[in-house]
Amino acid sequence: MRKGFLLGFLAVALLVAGGLSYFASSSPDGLDTVALHGCTENGEQLTGTCIAQHAGEHHTAGSPLADYSLFGGDGTVGLAGILGVLVTLVVAGGLFWLLRKRTPAREE
Amino acid sequence: MVTAMHMSDGLVNAPTSLLFGALAIVGLAFCLFRARADLDDRTAPMAGLVTAFVFAVQMINFPILPGASGHLLGGALVAILVGPYVGAVCIAIVLLVQALLFADGGLTALGTNVTNMALIGVFTGYGIALLLRGLARRGRGGLVATAFVAAFVNTVVASLGFVLEYAIGGSGGASLGAVFGLMVGLHALIGIGEGVITAATVGAVAAVRPDLVYLLRGNAPALVRKEVQR
Repeated sequence: MRKGFLLGFLAVALLVAGGLSYFASSSPDGLDTVALHGCTENGEQLTGTCIAQHAGEHHTAGSPLADYSLFGGDGTVGLAGILGVLVTLVVAGGLFWLLRKRTPAREE
Repeated sequence: MVTAMHMSDGLVNAPTSLLFGALAIVGLAFCLFRARADLDDRTAPMAGLVTAFVFAVQMINFPILPGASGHLLGGALVAILVGPYVGAVCIAIVLLVQALLFADGGLTALGTNVTNMALIGVFTGYGIALLLRGLARRGRGGLVATAFVAAFVNTVVASLGFVLEYAIGGSGGASLGAVFGLMVGLHALIGIGEGVITAATVGAVAAVRPDLVYLLRGNAPALVRKEVQR
């Protein structure tokens, strides 16, 4: 029962990241909308005055998973999402498992 | 496609980034310290899964207006399911994975993003959920309503975190009044989506495993049948 619930929860997360992500809106989110306020996009260039003009290139833009794709490939958002869910699960689950009570601390 | 969702580098100046970076580190250290008490063999795997779930759902931008979208922040969701201290760490891990692997949310903006979503969002959501705990423990409907309201408020208040950071060291371009009005207006709309997702998720978990819902710990006989033996 307990394992069943946890596996079900994981399955939902994988389905959302691996499948539903294809249907996500590509419009700027709330914060981006505010940051872009006052600018118009001409191709790659922002004209006008807005907060987003101050945004820097991302330090990890060269990551194989950058912008929720696998090596920038079209249609790879689902794969990138599934990898993200698994990495997040391992990092968070591992940390919380180490932190939990009744574990003689050996976190080094 | 999935768009970038969090603050990029350069939206606020370096001193402001440093200030909120320090605040985020102190806040998270405190949360990590307090999180131990809420983690055991039963809740630790749940907390890991909740973190992965938030990562997944944050990918799903939903339309709020023509040309504008929103996505889950997750503050109230994690606070209600795993508690505020573990929950803040959950959101911070999501933000870290997004920034390091997915180029989403600037590295120098991690402090502001963690402050807004992991600290302000989670503790606002938890505060509202605590205020409504009487309602939440009355039954599934009450719990779902509590989740909706807590999630709506956490979204709007977290957006005010950006307004504060912009007021302190924003990189020009827009008046503070305009930023305030737009942030609150857009995040009120996003908050409705956040509320629906949070209510559905909390309701689903409570239907199957009410004992795993942090907000229902203690006595909530209407929802939790497996009482903790003392």
